[in-house]
Amino acid sequence: MLYFFVFTNCKQQKLHISKVENTVLKVSDTLSVNAEIEAYIKPFRLHIKKDLDSVLAYTPNTYSKKVDNFNSAIGNFIADAVYSESNPVFKRITGKNIDMVLLNHGGIRAGINKGNISKQTAFELMPFENSVVVVALKGKQINNLIKYLSISKKAHPVSKLQLILDKDFNVSKAAIQGKVIKPNQTYYVATSDYLYNGGDNMTFFKPNAGFNYLNYKIRNVLIDKFNKIDTLKAVIDNRFIQIK
Amino acid sequence: MNRRRFIQKASAGGTLIALGNLGLQSFVSAPTTTKITVLHTNDVHSHIDSWKIAGKNKDIGGVARRANLIESIRKENPNTLLLDAGDIFQGTPYFNYYGGELEFKLMSKLKYDAATLGNHDFDNGIDGLYAQLPHANFDFITANYDFSNTIMNTHTKPYKIFKKSGIKIGVFGLGIELEGLVTRDMFKETKYLDPVEISQDMSRILKVEENCDLVICLSHLGYYYGDNSKKISDLILAKNSKNIDLIIGGHTHTFLPEPTVVKNLDNKNVLVNQVGCFGENLGRIDFHFSNNTAISGNGTSLIV
Repeated sequence: MLYFFVFTNCKQQKLHISKVENTVLKVSDTLSVNAEIEAYIKPFRLHIKKDLDSVLAYTPNTYSKKVDNFNSAIGNFIADAVYSESNPVFKRITGKNIDMVLLNHGGIRAGINKGNISKQTAFELMPFENSVVVVALKGKQINNLIKYLSISKKAHPVSKLQLILDKDFNVSKAAIQGKVIKPNQTYYVATSDYLYNGGDNMTFFKPNAGFNYLNYKIRNVLIDKFNKIDTLKAVIDNRFIQIK
Repeated sequence: MNRRRFIQKASAGGTLIALGNLGLQSFVSAPTTTKITVLHTNDVHSHIDSWKIAGKNKDIGGVARRANLIESIRKENPNTLLLDAGDIFQGTPYFNYYGGELEFKLMSKLKYDAATLGNHDFDNGIDGLYAQLPHANFDFITANYDFSNTIMNTHTKPYKIFKKSGIKIGVFGLGIELEGLVTRDMFKETKYLDPVEISQDMSRILKVEENCDLVICLSHLGYYYGDNSKKISDLILAKNSKNIDLIIGGHTHTFLPEPTVVKNLDNKNVLVNQVGCFGENLGRIDFHFSNNTAISGNGTSLIV
């Protein structure tokens, strides 16, 4: 009876917020670690570390993100890897070949240190989950891509495209697989889903004449490539340069 | 689930009996205050281990430290809710190797009460998210993603009501538009519904129909996109809302030293909070409830 009475009485008492307090708690290194949680995480951490540390290849040189003219050794290596590893996948799906590759310079997140190359190296180079996409562009649309590269003044990695700019940044030579770009020909351009969706202001991928999502992460491209080579040999060349 | 409900009811009954033992007189005349503590994280992005900020030698964040912090607060105040505003996934190899399994398992161990979904929680596709659900002992709350034509159908709730010492707390969730952030083959047939309209329905249900004492919106819309953007954000939502007391936000990795106070359609205060990212911080907001009308403020008044 009392129980019921108290209950109804409580219901009639309307509650109000009388005070609100705010605190931001820093999760800093002065806090103690919960031993049970730490022990639970440990086997997962060790498994990952072991796998990431396993050696895939070797490099006698240290490669920084250093750019000479408009290309870098790492950028060239990554763009060439996207070409060589993605092309068989694309061909299997469509029966066609990739004509060129375009990535973005900002997408290379680290250098490669002299010594062993591991999966960890691939995670450092490419921490993002971006995947390879292939976009069909007409020669006319490729011109927009080339115009973008000529005014961006960045060493965006390319493969199978040659672009030579004069001292005023005008295009003096542009070729795909060594051939002149024809306005009405369809070219299959491999890039990342991030750039396809307008990342780094690359707005020239849409509209297009076709699109394929390869479900192949760029990081996995690198891991597969590292697995295939013994020693990394990456070089700066004349694929994208300015003649001063 | 039924067992959990039973325990909640049983403990609520216990409180009533205890109050009764104090005597009727004391109950009616003495003003009682109850403190509800809301703890929150957002955009933890798989940061399970502690990490270093570039250029600084300090080691910050980490789930094992957060666990102790939460435990000590729960000891101080059992009327505590622990919420996450989404983007649990993506950012460290833990996600690449285990697909979010460890993130959900640890959040369950930390006894999270609920989380909403962020765009990165779709990074392994809607199937990848669904596959990890068995590892989560907490509810996913989202009101503006219509999952009816997807594998996630019936696995999320638009809102959830928590009862802590007789106080009813309604929590509903809002997600960001996925188009443009996530490729369609990832989110599949997920339909994005207008967050403003949905939150009007939700807050009415929670405040008016369900009589909640506190209404919290768990949002992954983002804090604010600037005066030149019409993109829906927590600040714009707050302005166009009724009956929401607190918006816990995410997505923009915004660190707010204290919640932003926004006037809603009824000219009442709404608190908007967000605590950066990667588990560097744990947000804490304490709501003191009183049955004494003399000291009650006009809606929410923030005393920092």
